[in-house]
Amino acid sequence: MNIWKMTLREIAFRKPASLLALAAVAVAVAALVGSLMALDVHRRQSDQVLEAHEERVDALMAELRDEMRKASLKLSYNLLIVPQGQHLRDWYTEGYGRQYMPEEYVDRLSSSNLMTVQHLLPTLQQRVEWPEQEGRTILLIGTRGYVPHLHQDPKKTLDLGHMVPAGTVVLGYQLQQLLSAKEGDTVRLLGRDFAVHRCHEERGSRDDITAWIALDEAQELLGRRGQINAILALKCMSCQGVGLHSVRGEVGRVLPDTQVVEMGSRVLARYESRLRVGEEAKAALEQERQHHASMQARREATAGVISPTLILAAAVWLALLAFRDVRLRRGEYGILRAIGVGTGRLLGMFLSKAAIVGLAGGALGYVGGIVVGLHFGRDAGLGGGSSMTPAELLRPDWAALALTVALLVSILAAWVPALLAARTDPAMILREGGR
Amino acid sequence: MLEASGLTKQFSGPEGMVTALSDVSLRAEAGEFLAVRGPSGCGKTTLMMILGALLRPTAGEVRIDGHDPYRLTPEARSRFRAERIGFVFQEFYLVPYLSVLENIMAPSLARAHSNAQARARELMGRFQLSDRAAHVPAALSTGERQRVALARALFHEPKLLLADEPTGNLDAENAGRVLRDLAAFAEGGGTVLMVTHHADAAEYAQNVVQMEAGKVVKAVVPQ
Ligand SMILES: Nc1ncnc2c1ncn2[C@@H]1O[C@H](COP(=O)(O)OP(=O)(O)OP(=O)(O)O)[C@@H](O)[C@H]1O
Ligand SMILES: [Mg+2]
Repeated sequence: MNIWKMTLREIAFRKPASLLALAAVAVAVAALVGSLMALDVHRRQSDQVLEAHEERVDALMAELRDEMRKASLKLSYNLLIVPQGQHLRDWYTEGYGRQYMPEEYVDRLSSSNLMTVQHLLPTLQQRVEWPEQEGRTILLIGTRGYVPHLHQDPKKTLDLGHMVPAGTVVLGYQLQQLLSAKEGDTVRLLGRDFAVHRCHEERGSRDDITAWIALDEAQELLGRRGQINAILALKCMSCQGVGLHSVRGEVGRVLPDTQVVEMGSRVLARYESRLRVGEEAKAALEQERQHHASMQARREATAGVISPTLILAAAVWLALLAFRDVRLRRGEYGILRAIGVGTGRLLGMFLSKAAIVGLAGGALGYVGGIVVGLHFGRDAGLGGGSSMTPAELLRPDWAALALTVALLVSILAAWVPALLAARTDPAMILREGGR
Repeated sequence: MLEASGLTKQFSGPEGMVTALSDVSLRAEAGEFLAVRGPSGCGKTTLMMILGALLRPTAGEVRIDGHDPYRLTPEARSRFRAERIGFVFQEFYLVPYLSVLENIMAPSLARAHSNAQARARELMGRFQLSDRAAHVPAALSTGERQRVALARALFHEPKLLLADEPTGNLDAENAGRVLRDLAAFAEGGGTVLMVTHHADAAEYAQNVVQMEAGKVVKAVVPQ
């Protein structure tokens, strides 16, 4: 016969008390494992939800990035380069500037290494009264056509559409109507004859009252030889990493006494709005992540109260049961001490019972905790642990924790009563008799 | 074999010291059955506890088999009891959840026995308990219970058997049986010291010591 066999006999003999002790351990451990389990289920679900959300955002961001990359390839903005002293207000109200700069600026710009500026259109524009047409006000624009970059194939970029051959005029719609002119007719303007090179369709803009002639002829007629008042830079490509600001800066470096104005860029606005969509999606994800984190923290706090409380309650309950045990078994301890069983052995007997109850209760509580945890996980409306594999369910670290906690609680609760039992004076017990 | 001289035991009670024993001396040889008689409260149980190495006397000396157990450490004294002393009480003190066989083997918890089962079965045979081996104490008659307690006391073949009112809960027939067993143990060379207030019980003893109020008043040698 050994202590363990004896202890098992004793546990079986006092079934109700043993079951009560077992239940206390099991409930405490179930609460611990259950809360761990529920927290884990919640964490998994949170992670899944967040992961899905993250994937959506990632996909959106990738899509946006792609879209923006494509857009930025196509992204062009037209720049208006005017002299530094030009009031933009005047430019907008009058439709042209009164400040001039040397025509040579265009060549300087085109020979510089500005990869981003592709086409340059130097113009001299001025509002004039057309003496041959009863002093009617028109916009006269002298243009030289696009000046190609020197390092690009000139033929390829020369846009003849904007070229006005010498001695000819291109008429806006209104002017064409006024003169009932057609291509090839001769028109007299500021005392000089021009052949009508082309007539524009109605555009509903200033273009309709504009007459275009060759730049050098305009300079001559307006007495502005070698001068222009604007350079239109068209299709400035925003290459990867080259923004509007840097383009402005580049132009500014080449032509210090000019200012660069961006002319309406819808692509840019769309770009920015898409960028905002991305930011909002990211912010929403971050908000959701924080929400999940705070929920998890709240659950952890709750579990952090419930588990220790139940463990403490179990410990108190076990200690009470153990004290009752000591009283019930006084006679047993008395006689065992009398026949020579040492106090250490007696302590071992008492604690072995605590160990057995602890281990059994711990195992029971572990299984119960998994069931409880899954149940709560499901109750939270998160779909439960249905997706969990048995390996994820039966975690050895939790099992070890459950058994350790159960063993510790059970043994610690029994410790003082056990010492009491081992220390009781057998002479005292045995002379008490049946009392 | 057993020698006590000048044993005094005082307990501190709520109304000062209570003297349970005062200057008690006695001796018992190997093979002797000694009965201690006296009225209730005269100090019989106290004396037995002291002689059984369970209760340190306030004064006086005990020698068992030539050793003073109170010179030993508590653990050594436990071993000393396990080796040399057997106890029988009026209330049997059987372990309720162990079978008859296991109760008889219980002393092997204190001191290993080379063949505990066989020894226990031998004792069961001697005390007519063989057909009760698997029963728990609650299933036994009081006579049987006391025989189990006696068998347990004899498990390690002690030199000294101390019995406190061993027949107090038994009918005449069972009492006679237990007393004969005690006498048989003495005849086998053991020393028996039995505490009782029954005159009949004392008749089985070779020597009787009469006590009153913590003192030995006379030693009677029966016919
Ligand atoms: N632990 C104790 N504390 C105080 N007084 C005690 C203690 N043990 C015994 N006594 C007292 O010592 C006296 C002797 O007690 P003891 O139990 O030895 O008597 P007894 O002869 O065995 O009596 P009974 O025949 O009724 O069993 C009694 O007065 C008792 O009250
Ligand atoms: Mg007594």
